[in-house]
Amino acid sequence: MDITLIYYLVPAIIMFCCGVYGFITRRNMIAMLISLELMLNAVDINFVVFNRYLYPEATEGMFFTLFAIAIAAAETAIAIAIIINVFRAVKNVDARDIDKMKN
Amino acid sequence: MFSNILIYFVVIPLLMLGGLALCRNIKQIRAVAVAGSLALLALSVYLLVDYLGLRAAGATEPMLYTDSWSWFPTLGINLAVGVDGISIAMLILSAVILLTGSFASWKINPCPKDFFLWLVLLSTGVFGFFISIDLFTMFMFYEVALIPMYLLIGVWGSGNKNYSAMKLTLMLMGGSAFLMLGLIGIYYQGGHTWNLLQIAQSNSIAPDWQRFLFPMTFVGFGVLGAMFPFHTWSPDGHASAPTAVSMLHAGVLMKLGGYGCFRVAIYTMPQAAEELSWIFLILTGISVVYGAFSACVQTDLKYINAYSSVSHCGLVLFAILMLNTTAMTGAIMQMLSHGLMTALFFALIGFIYGRTHTRDITKMGGLMQIMPYLSVCYVIAGMASLGLPGLSGFVAEMTIFVGSFEHADTFHRFFTILACCSIVITAVYILRVVGKLLFGPVQDDHHRSLTDAEWWERTSTITLIVCVAAIGCFPNFFESLIRYTFSPEIFAVIGMN
Amino acid sequence: MDFIIPLLILAIPLGMFLLLGLAGMKMSHKLAGVLGTLGMGTVLVLSYFTAFTYFFSGNPEFISEAGVRLQSVIFNQEWLAFTPNLVISLGFLLDPISAMMLIVIPTISFMVHLYSLGYMHGEKGFQRYYAFLSLFSFSMLGLVVATNIFQMYIFWELVGASSYLLIGFFYTLPSAVSASKKAFIVTRFADLGFLIGILILSYYTQTFDFITLTSDPGAAFASTAGATFMGGSVLTWAMVLIFTGGMGKSAMMPLHIWLPDAMEGPTPVSALIHAATMVVAGVYLVARMFPVYLAVPFSLDFVLVVGAITALYAAIVACTQIDIKRVLAFSTISQIAFMMVSLGAARPEFHECLGYMASMFHLFTHAMFKALLFLGAGALIHAVHSNNYTQMGGLHKYMPITNITFLIGCLAIAGIPPFAGFWSKDEILVAVYSYSTFWGVWMTLVAGLTAFYMFRVYFLVFWWNEPEYHHRPHDSEWTMSVPLIILACVSVVAGLIPFGKFVTWQGHEYIIHMNWVVAGISIVVAVIGIIIAGVLYLRENDRPKCMADSCRWLWTAAHHRFYWDEIYLFITHKIIFNGICRPIAWFDRRIIDGTMDGFAIVTNKASYAIRNLQSGRVQNYVLVYLIGALLLAVITAWCLA
Repeated sequence: MDITLIYYLVPAIIMFCCGVYGFITRRNMIAMLISLELMLNAVDINFVVFNRYLYPEATEGMFFTLFAIAIAAAETAIAIAIIINVFRAVKNVDARDIDKMKN
Repeated sequence: MFSNILIYFVVIPLLMLGGLALCRNIKQIRAVAVAGSLALLALSVYLLVDYLGLRAAGATEPMLYTDSWSWFPTLGINLAVGVDGISIAMLILSAVILLTGSFASWKINPCPKDFFLWLVLLSTGVFGFFISIDLFTMFMFYEVALIPMYLLIGVWGSGNKNYSAMKLTLMLMGGSAFLMLGLIGIYYQGGHTWNLLQIAQSNSIAPDWQRFLFPMTFVGFGVLGAMFPFHTWSPDGHASAPTAVSMLHAGVLMKLGGYGCFRVAIYTMPQAAEELSWIFLILTGISVVYGAFSACVQTDLKYINAYSSVSHCGLVLFAILMLNTTAMTGAIMQMLSHGLMTALFFALIGFIYGRTHTRDITKMGGLMQIMPYLSVCYVIAGMASLGLPGLSGFVAEMTIFVGSFEHADTFHRFFTILACCSIVITAVYILRVVGKLLFGPVQDDHHRSLTDAEWWERTSTITLIVCVAAIGCFPNFFESLIRYTFSPEIFAVIGMN
Repeated sequence: MDFIIPLLILAIPLGMFLLLGLAGMKMSHKLAGVLGTLGMGTVLVLSYFTAFTYFFSGNPEFISEAGVRLQSVIFNQEWLAFTPNLVISLGFLLDPISAMMLIVIPTISFMVHLYSLGYMHGEKGFQRYYAFLSLFSFSMLGLVVATNIFQMYIFWELVGASSYLLIGFFYTLPSAVSASKKAFIVTRFADLGFLIGILILSYYTQTFDFITLTSDPGAAFASTAGATFMGGSVLTWAMVLIFTGGMGKSAMMPLHIWLPDAMEGPTPVSALIHAATMVVAGVYLVARMFPVYLAVPFSLDFVLVVGAITALYAAIVACTQIDIKRVLAFSTISQIAFMMVSLGAARPEFHECLGYMASMFHLFTHAMFKALLFLGAGALIHAVHSNNYTQMGGLHKYMPITNITFLIGCLAIAGIPPFAGFWSKDEILVAVYSYSTFWGVWMTLVAGLTAFYMFRVYFLVFWWNEPEYHHRPHDSEWTMSVPLIILACVSVVAGLIPFGKFVTWQGHEYIIHMNWVVAGISIVVAVIGIIIAGVLYLRENDRPKCMADSCRWLWTAAHHRFYWDEIYLFITHKIIFNGICRPIAWFDRRIIDGTMDGFAIVTNKASYAIRNLQSGRVQNYVLVYLIGALLLAVITAWCLA
């Protein structure tokens, strides 16, 4: 069986949609963060796969993915820090309660 | 750049700003404010003398001391300066009112430093406006003069100050929007230059465009000149503003409107002015009577004065639209006269309010027995306002009426006579206030213990009264200073018939 | 003539005003009073000198070789140039009428200054009083010597303002305050007419100058030929409107309502301003512009009719007033109306404008005897502390000097020879009869009424029945008595002045011939008036009451001055105040300001309506973003396809 591009892209898009769905529907900010990671990773998969199948001689996609993973780690750290601080302030991690900026 | 005397009208206020920023106590603040405004006054008087000397020596250009420094070449924006008799008169007026306003806010509270910072920033805009002949810099200084007003009223005001500050700023900004549109149109139609003199002399704006741009600029400046029906910021704004701000606003800022209407709208677009003046004559003619009638039933001193300003400033625009030498000279005289006497009024109202804590004339009475000095000044201000010969109001109004009567058609005659009627209505509301406020028995026994004016209040009022009387007693000096700009020769230069 | 002395005549009172006004509060009462009086004394001497120089020096500046008195401009300083032609100058014009006024004004003013030393003694604001008197004297002198109509207007406003200040001198009394306000506003209203008249006249003639206007009206008005203004000829409008100004100042119907109220001011002020000098400014104005008025016969007829109606009206009202100063006020209105009628009846074809001379003559004598009457009334008020003659009576026993001087004044105004009023009033009647018998009879009737009401007052005050006095009334101190005596002497002899030699139209000398028929009629009528007054009021009786009862409605109406004040009050308060000012103020707040606020409210409401898009919830934003992105993608795909 020939493993073509589409075999990678379908799981990636499923992962991405799960991420979007989770990000929009989950109220818990930790869960939202996890959904965000899902979306990021789906994109990473696409990068790698497109690189491998479309331009096998190039390596930019790989590097980009590595960067993205590193940045995602940093970003997650920051996001967790913010969430912890929000939790300290409002004793809650429900995204609906974090609408101070509106008023 | 610094060899031109005019630039110092902006430099001195900027130095004052720096000085104020370094001040540590109220005494230093007062010293900087008074020294700076005295310097400005001295500078403007020196300029006057020098200007008269140049004219006597035969200088015939429309504007003297002209100079231009490139600022933003891509769009042709320059810092172009130049003055004629009118600008000089306005500069002196502004300097006098800044000086007296500083004295009037001797005990401003809270945050005197910030107050004076904003006040001086505002006057930077005013002085910059009067010396500019580049439309863009003019507009910039105009905005610099308007914006601080919001904070000055919003922070140091009284009564319904948030509402008033917002209303005033928004309405004037609305006017600026029209103005901006007009100015940009003038730039493109007037040969891609912002320079007023060049635009006026080339007179290249096509009549169709003039018909569109003239109302834009006239309304834009007219809002600041309290033209009916865009005058309603004036009563609320003045009522809430602190004393010095009312003085500067009614005394100087409203003059920016009249000055701009003449200098920008009419100067650059004389054909449209002639064609469309009837619309604005109707509006300003209504302003004159309408403001006076409204003033008759108000009970708040500042409202009375604000409506009286609507009436008097209406007369300014009315006369400008008459488009002849005499009436336009009268308009500028009326600007000077109204600036001084309304500043005097607002100063006095501020001083009285500071003592009685009310501005309602039904709650006061017999102040002549309690504070004779302030009351006598109030009577003098009232007499100036209702046009007593020997004070400034009379000469200005008479010049306007005589000039307006030069139009022999029924339309102009009707509105001139209507405007003349305002001298009676003015007498009614002035005497009503004087009678209720100053004369008669003392209304409120708590007022009996109040004191008369302090030295700084006296300085402020005496300066203004002397100026009002000077204009009233020696009108020919001021009129000849102004008239040069309106002489047929200059009209010919700027393309007016 | 050198300009120094005329200049000083104006400068001294002005300087005195500034001195007393600025430094008065630091002075003692006495010093301020004496300074003011001395200043006025100096002016008196200087202006007598000027007037006598004018009349008697024979200087070719003042009198031509043919004996015609000339108009002479002593100095004329440009003050304000509107256009090259229309220039307001401040100057000094000497001609017969201004020279005559240079005698009248300082005389009365000096008497009043002197009299006030006693009358106003110890009043709060004594220095202020003298400052205002000086201001008034300055303005009035400036008015009469004006070289151009705008200078006259300037000083016209200034006398109005000083009158305002003096009427409201007792500023703690609400009645004085409202009287002063009323006086100013009513005259201001009239001045509006004056101003418009000046504007019309100057627009067509291109000059303000009196001499240019009056020396050759035909040439000056050449440009007005055929010009119309709102349906009437320009000149008619101009002259009628200018006369409106005079109606206001001279309290002609229907603008007379301020003068009776002006009696709230101190009595010497009433004598100076509201009897002798300022109120005749209207007459003076018409006289000054007389050649122009002659060119417009309609306007002269207008002057005549207004004057005649006012004269009768004021005389009737004067018969029913109980305040002694009000009676004098209405009598002033009536007498000024005599002068107006006389001017209105003057035509070159009738004795070379006899009416003009008669009017000025009456102005002169009236100033003297009316000032006398007012100062006498002041002495009475000073003695009994009331204005009402119900509080007076039988005073001839206590106040002999006042009694005699007042009687002289009454005889003078009633027109009994040889007192001053007889001669001048007789000339007026001759002039009016020669113009129209109807108006002649009318004015004779008014002259009879004058005698009646003046003697009514005289008898009621000095005879009638004596009320109980708290303390015995007595004659006043010398500062008050001396002016009374001097003025009484003048009132006796002033009529014998050969006035026609000095003040006539066009300056020709004119010999007064007594017309004994007219004189006889007027004497008889005056005597009848006095006799009726005597029968009714000499001793206490109830005949006056019966008479008043017999036509109660007329008496009540006259007592209420035919409800003119009520009409004005209705117009000003109900119509103008409630019908114009309040709706306009409402309109401004609700409609105009409401519209502006409306814009703000609409903007505000709209913002609130769309603010929920900005929910502040990040998930909503993401959803909207996604939907947007998808839509964009679909649209892009659609377009590409």
